[in-house]
Amino acid sequence: MSLIACDRLTLSYDGRPVLSELSFAVEPGEYLIIVGENGSGKSTLIKALLGLKAPSAGQIVYGDGLKSREIGYLPQRIELQKDFPASVREVILSGCLNRHGLFSRYSEADRRDAAFQAERLGIAGLKNRSFSELSGGQQQRVLLARALCAAKKMILLDEPAAGLDPEATAEFYEILKKLHREGVTVVMVSHDLLAAVRYASRILRIGNGGCASFSPEEFRKTLSGSEGRACP
Amino acid sequence: MSAFLSSLREMFSLSFMVYALLSGIFISVCASLLGVSLVLKRFSMIGDGLSHVAFGTLAVATAMNVAPLKLSVPVVIASAFLLLRLNEKGKLKGDAMIALISTSSLAVGAMAVSLSSGMNIDIYNYMFGSILTLSRGDVLLSAALAAVVIPSYRILYNKIFTVTFDGDFARATGIRTGLYDTVLAVFTALTIVLGMRFMGTLLISALVVFPPLTSMRLFKSFRGVVLCSALLPVVSFLSGLLISYFFSTPPGASVVCVSLLLFLLFSLLGKIVRREKKQEK
Repeated sequence: MSLIACDRLTLSYDGRPVLSELSFAVEPGEYLIIVGENGSGKSTLIKALLGLKAPSAGQIVYGDGLKSREIGYLPQRIELQKDFPASVREVILSGCLNRHGLFSRYSEADRRDAAFQAERLGIAGLKNRSFSELSGGQQQRVLLARALCAAKKMILLDEPAAGLDPEATAEFYEILKKLHREGVTVVMVSHDLLAAVRYASRILRIGNGGCASFSPEEFRKTLSGSEGRACP
Repeated sequence: MSAFLSSLREMFSLSFMVYALLSGIFISVCASLLGVSLVLKRFSMIGDGLSHVAFGTLAVATAMNVAPLKLSVPVVIASAFLLLRLNEKGKLKGDAMIALISTSSLAVGAMAVSLSSGMNIDIYNYMFGSILTLSRGDVLLSAALAAVVIPSYRILYNKIFTVTFDGDFARATGIRTGLYDTVLAVFTALTIVLGMRFMGTLLISALVVFPPLTSMRLFKSFRGVVLCSALLPVVSFLSGLLISYFFSTPPGASVVCVSLLLFLLFSLLGKIVRREKKQEK
């Protein structure tokens, strides 16, 4: 069963469609990279997948027990005040919030999970550091750990490499690759086409009113000209 | 020393001094807890804008012979909504709007005062605050506010952190961030209306911005900043009030001066700590 199935999804702003008749599914265990030009509606699609924007037509069906609030979300670089007081530990733990109701206090299990995710991403040593003092790459890893705490089954990343230097970008992609091998479903929005070819198990290109799905090999060919299969 | 103690005793035998101390501490602890979110979300100016609105409504209420709180509470809450909404839509617009609302309220207030009494003496009290008018009822009101704000803050602490740190992520995990902003606006409005009578229009926003900014010089975790912000106003209010009593200075201004000294002290300490850390590395 698909984790997410979008059926003829149309998303609009002020009555003007940004994306129309989009149909695709996210299967468990895949590494889907969604590419598209600026303004092709990628950010809008992310909002819709997270349940923050209602479709103007069509629907999104969550399967396999997934709820939209249990998607581990890594937002596009957050703009923080330079001296925002937040320790790495506080940031990672905040990913556990969606497990709790109104009276939210972290449990021992939350703390263990946060520590586990930090260990998994190689940032356990940073837990008492101030988030705002970390390098861009370290910050993205902390936010990824937070997303993993929030995620039951899949993580959704919005341009995670934007603003990172090449080295940090490569490191970050390697971490994602490792997580994918460990069974995490990864959906990433990106305009980094080369990374898409290199890391994705499937690529979805949106824009110009439609969408097309590619295997990495097919997508590599489109980069030099020919077209892929149209979405069903 | 014993002379000092006896004058202390004398000071606290004055009922308005006790009222001022109690309601001052209740209000300033609320203000600084709310201030942490306001400062970090770059809403600091909203506190300032609201205090001017509070001035305007207070003056108009007095001129119309209406109980001041009855008019100022709803109007200030409404302005808080307005300002937060505008701030969401675009920074510049919000900024300009705050200036617009502040100055208009000030002007309306000043007109109301001069038309009704024809005297300018009250304006001074509104601007810089006075503790002589505080009553038992004021203490009860501020205690009630603290009894709502502080436990709410404790209960919602983790969510407040997430909403403040990363609104997009908070929304994605199902937190209704708009609701938190609304509650923040209402609490801030109430705190300012209640606090401006002893702090004055021009100085009340110091209660909101000083404690978080001061704590941030030294503490790098959210928890540290929140705890320190909750304690600082107790220190600055108590010592400000003492200074005001012994040197006959305006209480609001004295509290702000102590806050400024604390801010400078914490900045210095912060610099020293950072230098030491660098050397360790």
